[in-house]
Amino acid sequence: MIKSAAVLPLSRDASSRFLPWLIAFMVWLATLALAAVMVLSAAGEQWRRGLTGSVTVQIVPTGGAGSPSMQRRVEMALSVLRASPQVVSAAPIPADKVAALLEPWIGTAALSDSLKLPIPSLIDVTLAISTNGTAPDTNSLGKRIAAEIPGATLDNHGRWLDRLLSLACAIEIIAFAVLGLISLAAMATIIFATRTGLAIHHDVIEILHLMGAQDDYVARQFEFNALWLGLKGGATGVVIAMATLLALGSIAGKIEAGLLPPISMAPAQWVALVSVGAATVVICLVTARITVLRTLGRMP
Amino acid sequence: MREGSDVVRFQNVGMRYEMRREILHDVSLRLKAGSFHLLTGESGAGKSSLLRLMYLGRRPSRGLITLFGHDIATTPRRELPALRRRVGVIFQDFRLVDHLSAMENVALPLRVAGASEQQIQKHVPELLRWVGLEEHINSRPSILSGGQKQRVAIARAVIARPQLLLADEPTGNVDNKIAARLMHLLEELNKIGTTIIVATHNQALVSAFSYPRLHLEDGELSALAPIGQQGANTPNQAPTEKNKAPAREAGSNSDYIGGAS
Repeated sequence: MIKSAAVLPLSRDASSRFLPWLIAFMVWLATLALAAVMVLSAAGEQWRRGLTGSVTVQIVPTGGAGSPSMQRRVEMALSVLRASPQVVSAAPIPADKVAALLEPWIGTAALSDSLKLPIPSLIDVTLAISTNGTAPDTNSLGKRIAAEIPGATLDNHGRWLDRLLSLACAIEIIAFAVLGLISLAAMATIIFATRTGLAIHHDVIEILHLMGAQDDYVARQFEFNALWLGLKGGATGVVIAMATLLALGSIAGKIEAGLLPPISMAPAQWVALVSVGAATVVICLVTARITVLRTLGRMP
Repeated sequence: MREGSDVVRFQNVGMRYEMRREILHDVSLRLKAGSFHLLTGESGAGKSSLLRLMYLGRRPSRGLITLFGHDIATTPRRELPALRRRVGVIFQDFRLVDHLSAMENVALPLRVAGASEQQIQKHVPELLRWVGLEEHINSRPSILSGGQKQRVAIARAVIARPQLLLADEPTGNVDNKIAARLMHLLEELNKIGTTIIVATHNQALVSAFSYPRLHLEDGELSALAPIGQQGANTPNQAPTEKNKAPAREAGSNSDYIGGAS
């Protein structure tokens, strides 16, 4: 029995040996880039959800000469906040909790009784969220707090959240650009390999052409080869990328850093990552076909 | 194709490779179905180029080519493969596919035409037996002798039952005995209606087989009567001015040469 696929021995070409590894490397990079996009996107959303609708009022220990006591100023701030229609709830954060928040920066010694550094009082404020999910404007409330309570400021986290989200957005754009570049690189690689195959097997292709083979017949042989190489490279790349992500997730899980985005992903996201390999196979297939048809189109 | 109708028609065809000088000038000819012609001329006269135009391996630089009634210049590219399948070619250097066996090589035209595996398994071994290669069905070209390769090339050229068979110096690599055997084989194919053109510069062959000749000299085609009917040529003698007729004078309708005699 003769196998038609053997008419062009493409699997014996040198490119068939190195191409799957090259594809695997690109798929690995692309999968990691897509995972970065997913993780950052989820983290940004999480930060936004967590901080939208909450503000913090900070009252520093020194309110100025003749200013009321810290306890009094906290009570004054609470009464102003609770009277505002924009505020749903306002509660002072206990001193030991504030101390715990400061401990990573100033250490335990600074908080000990011997040094007894003055620490600010904090009030956690929850704002009323409108039906469309936007938080109220806190500018006027902030001005009023600052004017009525000595040493008090209202922090709506917007400044550092905006910077963080801008950074996350920039990283997402870069990751998308990397994905695009990898796709282009994969196409260029396949075009190069296909053209090399066309040159190596030019004599056989010419004979087939003169025998009356349709361009499609020759293109199919290259497509099958590209499909097989793409499958091998794609599967290898996805498997290595999954292992990398699981390892990163495990390492990140051990680091107790609150700002580090979680590397765990939903099942749909894992499917999306696997689809990078499938997309690469499609890119290989289509690129090989177009390259062959364009080249054969120049034959008489 | 109906008996007597034109299989190939050339009108003022010129051909050049890239920007070099023209290798064929104003070639006009008409070959009728079922005819047998010898294409003669010295090496470099343009025989292979003329055949290349006929099997659609090149486009002419100018002029009109009609194959099986289709004007090649206006036939859509997607329809050309179907025309090529009606033409069998025996190349001078055989052009067998080295990594395929004799069986696989001969099966190629059927395969590209979309024949079933069953048809291939039935017809290819049968044809290889006919050309005396039943013991070499699974042999690759690299281990076959020149004569055996040639027979594989012939089998490959005729397996799809072409209406036009072009043989480019088919006897160039074999001795006279095998050459004569090959010619008899081609005669058999001609008897069943295949139009045949054999390009050769083997004068012994031209003398031994009395067929109308198309003679190329410096890219110009002329019609020569079969040697046996002239009485002027000896087997190894080139056509003389006396028996050589310009193309436009030789044909029955004054413009073209060739056609069933």
